[in-house]
Amino acid sequence: MTAPLTAQTVADDTPVAFGGAYGVLAEFDDPGTLYHACEGVRDAGFSAWDAHTPFPVHGLEKAMGLKASPVGWFVLIMGLGGAAVGMHMQWLVSTSLYPLVISGKPLFSWPAFVPIMFECGVLGGAAGAILGFLSMSKLPRHHHPLFTSERFERVGDDRFFISIEADDAKFQGDETIQMLRDLGAQHVEWIDGDGR
Amino acid sequence: MAVADIEPITARIDPIEQRPPLVLGDATFRGITETVSRPIEWKPPVGWYVVLAISLSLLSLLGVSIAWLFWEGIGIWGNNVPVGWGFPIVNFVFWVGIGHAGTLISAVLFLFRQRWRTSINRTAEAMTIFAVMCALIFPGIHIGRPWLAYWMLPIPNQMAMWPQFRSPLMWDVFAVSIYGTVSVLFWYLGLVPDLATVRDRAKTRIRRLLYGFFALGWRGSHRQWLHYERAYLLLAGLATPLVLSVHSVVSFDFATSQLPGWHTTIFPPYFVAGAIFSGVAMVVTLMVFCRVVFKLKGLVTLLHFDRMAKLMLLTGSIVGFAYGIEFFIAWYSGNPYEQFAFINRAFGPYAWAYWIMVSCNVISPQLFWFRKARTNIVLLLIVSIFINIGMWFERFVIVVTSLHRDFLPSSWGYYVPTLWDTLTFLGSFGLFFTMFTLFVRFLPMVAISEVKGVLPEAKPH
Repeated sequence: MTAPLTAQTVADDTPVAFGGAYGVLAEFDDPGTLYHACEGVRDAGFSAWDAHTPFPVHGLEKAMGLKASPVGWFVLIMGLGGAAVGMHMQWLVSTSLYPLVISGKPLFSWPAFVPIMFECGVLGGAAGAILGFLSMSKLPRHHHPLFTSERFERVGDDRFFISIEADDAKFQGDETIQMLRDLGAQHVEWIDGDGR
Repeated sequence: MAVADIEPITARIDPIEQRPPLVLGDATFRGITETVSRPIEWKPPVGWYVVLAISLSLLSLLGVSIAWLFWEGIGIWGNNVPVGWGFPIVNFVFWVGIGHAGTLISAVLFLFRQRWRTSINRTAEAMTIFAVMCALIFPGIHIGRPWLAYWMLPIPNQMAMWPQFRSPLMWDVFAVSIYGTVSVLFWYLGLVPDLATVRDRAKTRIRRLLYGFFALGWRGSHRQWLHYERAYLLLAGLATPLVLSVHSVVSFDFATSQLPGWHTTIFPPYFVAGAIFSGVAMVVTLMVFCRVVFKLKGLVTLLHFDRMAKLMLLTGSIVGFAYGIEFFIAWYSGNPYEQFAFINRAFGPYAWAYWIMVSCNVISPQLFWFRKARTNIVLLLIVSIFINIGMWFERFVIVVTSLHRDFLPSSWGYYVPTLWDTLTFLGSFGLFFTMFTLFVRFLPMVAISEVKGVLPEAKPH
């Protein structure tokens, strides 16, 4: 590991050693430029990179070559699980833990149990959506190296970014920075820290 | 900014969408961030402190009423034979109903790709959560021995007693508490990107830490947006049947009984429509004030009020139709008890409540057939308050008029709420407005990231 770099602007034609850096952060003006830059980065074969925007830019996953989110599976499995737990709970309580005969109905009078089964299913599904979102997007994580950049503070406001990690096999320091400039980046900076 | 009020809403057309623009005024990414962050970052106006003070006094009234109730017992309320269900259930159904518009505007309109919802959905969702909190108080305190409220939960206890899952009252416990939970999850998920925006703008360390903690370390990465949007879509998909089920289950409390006036199959759709009706009216009431006080005229435009007025017209007409059908069925069924219950409702001792309900709920929203009425802020405010009053009376009419003359004329009575009934109800408004006042001060009341997404320049091509 070399001495830690601070988040610094790279002047034109200045060679910088990138050992120990997290990667580079390129800033763009508008979603259109970002979209085409993402296509460029995707076509250059990078894999450890990301786009950062103040709002979801629709279609960007295509420009980035990303697959659909698997959060739906979490919801399906946990939703069905919740419904199963709900019905099982009512079956268990009504038939063995506290059996009561009400107007001659069978102990397991399942149609009366449907509303609670449905509600439990929804609760399971909602929990699945949240857990799926958190686990797939690796949140909460408050210490990401990108937070060292002052410019990055405007990602929730009106600026658009591409970050490329130094770990990426295709990453080549200055050449990568030049590529980002050619793709329309207004500003490129090094980000310190070993990331993962 | 004042442009929004003067110009007719169709005057300007979005060049790409060929529709009236959803955002007026400073419609840039930065402008939206500034507009929405202002109430959080600036010193609030004096009016905010006044509203907070009034709300807190009402809230303390709720505390006193509940403390006295716990000390003395539910004898302090007007509930008695024959009207064993009085204010507590009326207020419960009223507040749960208010809570419905939030999820409707957020989830149902989201699924139908109604993008105008983005400026108002955050406030509507917050309103839902606070209304459900108010609603949950009433079943909690009316059970007589509130320290035994946990008996309603399916947890093992030393008496080997379990709840009765065949009872609609038990379904209600599950429906409303799960509705509250899912609404909070949906609201919080939507807040995460905006909390990150506020975090990044924070000037003080304590703000940075607090907003940062709840923003989960969000960094707007598209890999995150992808999961976020899928989770949001699926939560909306789950919340849509949930919102319909909750008020249906609330109506089952009544409909599964044998009492004329309650025992009808129209109740589930009729209750759901009424709930959305009252909820949208409450959203309009709140948005009118927020729009003026926090200078949101560019975000919450006349177009939004126009659309919400149309929703009120639709649901109000459904409710009016349901009132008519109840009478038709009472006559058509040939059941003399049912017929008596409805004639008594309209012309008996509680006729005053019935006709307040009809004039507020059926007649007043009919004004919204006219565009002039739909875009007149003062008129909207007045009608939406009328609707809230009318919807409270609807629940009062359903509960009280069906019970006060039961099967045995010797036990007929006239229900009058006591002072404590009234104070508890007023106090619940204190809780609602306290929470809402704090919400508008400390959280972004418009979904920043979503509103940016509907700007024409948000499209990448």
